[in-house]
Amino acid sequence: MAVDRQTVTRISRLARIEVAETDLDTLAAELSNIIGWVEQLDEVDTDGIAPMASVANMKLRWRDDVVTDGGIADKVTANAPDPQDGMFTVPKVVE
Amino acid sequence: MTALTGLTLAQGRDLLKSGDASATEMAQAHVAAVEAARGLNAFITETPERAIADAEASDARRAKGDALGPLDGLPLAIKDLFCTEGVMTTAASHILEGFVPQYESTVTARLRAAGTVMLGKTNLDEFAMGSSNETSYFGAVENPWRRTGDNRPLVPGGSSGGSATAVSAGLCLGATGTDTGGSIRQPAAFCGIVGMKPTYGRCSRWGIVAFASSLDQAGPMTRTVRDAAILLGGMAGFDPKDSTSADIAVPDFEAALAGGVKGLRIGIPAEYAVDGMSAEIAALWEHGKAMMRDAGAELVDINLPHTKYALPAYYIIAPAEASSNLARYDGVRFGLRVDGDDLTAQYEKTRATGFGAEVRRRILIGTYALSAGYYDAYYLKAQKIRALIARDFTEAYGKCDVILTPTTPGPAFAHGEKSDDPIAMYLNDVLTVPASLAGLPAISLPAGLSDDGLPLGLHLIGRAFDEETLFRAAQALEDAAGFDARPQRFQA
Repeated sequence: MAVDRQTVTRISRLARIEVAETDLDTLAAELSNIIGWVEQLDEVDTDGIAPMASVANMKLRWRDDVVTDGGIADKVTANAPDPQDGMFTVPKVVE
Repeated sequence: MTALTGLTLAQGRDLLKSGDASATEMAQAHVAAVEAARGLNAFITETPERAIADAEASDARRAKGDALGPLDGLPLAIKDLFCTEGVMTTAASHILEGFVPQYESTVTARLRAAGTVMLGKTNLDEFAMGSSNETSYFGAVENPWRRTGDNRPLVPGGSSGGSATAVSAGLCLGATGTDTGGSIRQPAAFCGIVGMKPTYGRCSRWGIVAFASSLDQAGPMTRTVRDAAILLGGMAGFDPKDSTSADIAVPDFEAALAGGVKGLRIGIPAEYAVDGMSAEIAALWEHGKAMMRDAGAELVDINLPHTKYALPAYYIIAPAEASSNLARYDGVRFGLRVDGDDLTAQYEKTRATGFGAEVRRRILIGTYALSAGYYDAYYLKAQKIRALIARDFTEAYGKCDVILTPTTPGPAFAHGEKSDDPIAMYLNDVLTVPASLAGLPAISLPAGLSDDGLPLGLHLIGRAFDEETLFRAAQALEDAAGFDARPQRFQA
């Protein structure tokens, strides 16, 4: 299926990546090309095949529900762009 | 000092053990080599002071009779995708420029505990997304090899291109890489070195910047098969911090090398003779088969019927996982922040500025494949194809023990030669991606030269968690190939 300008706008919004108006056509063409190439997968009959999410053929391990770490707010925020008093900051969200 | 670079890890280990060289001398020689080869752009961050300090500590341990093991004092380069405490880790992305981890990845922590010396962090494709190392925010890497009679610089392959170049040019004795669809094996083939991707789950992913979590796996990049076995021994092992880490004992990989291949069944998959395989790659493959036969192995024709669908399935699965993993780069908790009028605008501007073109393209593909109305058609379909590809291998291993193929469809290419066409670039991984989707261990080793004098790799794929047989076959192939060519600029 061809990816059009509207679709690029929609998915770039979902992905939270700003795309300039002037780049929409180029991106639509590039993504259409890749998606078109992927569509050869439709040739394969996959009826009754269980999708494989992971090759690690194992049950996820359980551990005791106890605190194993913490008290390192300074380390957690060490790389934040604008940390204040051990907290992350964002532009005002609630008026 | 030349004598201390260009060694194998095994030679370096023996020199340190016999006292014929100190770790400090070895580190100094490599620090100088790294500096002298800056034109290759193999490193994003050099850590010379750290290297000398690590080496001095190693020498002090050895003087007291407390050497830690085979890797103690050996200088390594670390792909800049492994978080290293106190040393900038960028994933070659603008969005992580200046990021200084407050913790150490499990693999590099193991290597530190084994006494290795860190020379620096190597360049890569941004977030490991690429096959030429040209998508790095910190610039392209140059392959130490050139075509005969042609002085144009070539790509080292990717994404572990800086590590491959560093090993090939004698800037370190070994390096770490990561492989999602071929990112260790393809650059190893392009640079004439050995690159090994272990079974998914063998090395912990904890602290490695995530690209596609169901595929990412760390592995060694070295000069010889023996070195790959030695280095993997220092990297592998169970880690409760990675939920997909395998709780399986790590065997002595080096001890497995001596086994030989007498009676071993080597599978030759008909479907790997892909459209457009060049005559020289076909000839290399034939040569590989002959070497295996002469060494006493039995060649078996096998079929992996879904091979041609592996690459398009990969280019749904990997971007889908990437779009999810890379959601964390939001300009709030770490990395780049570009201000906007509100929080959403801040996210959108940060991510538009911080990610390069290929990363943006893959996030958008992944978002599309996971979005309402397309999930079944693309993502679920690709996961079903993945199941069929894994089943193909399981059936093939009823008839053979190891599979032999070429590593890449061709040798290294020039900068810019394939960067305009994403699909042409993706096709570099056509022979390495199936083993990635099935989570199988695989190794590339240099086995010959192309018509224009560039290294070409042969590729062996093993059964899950049977690295020992894989190494055994690789050692036999390496012995038979006798590959001793070196890049012209770096002949000792």
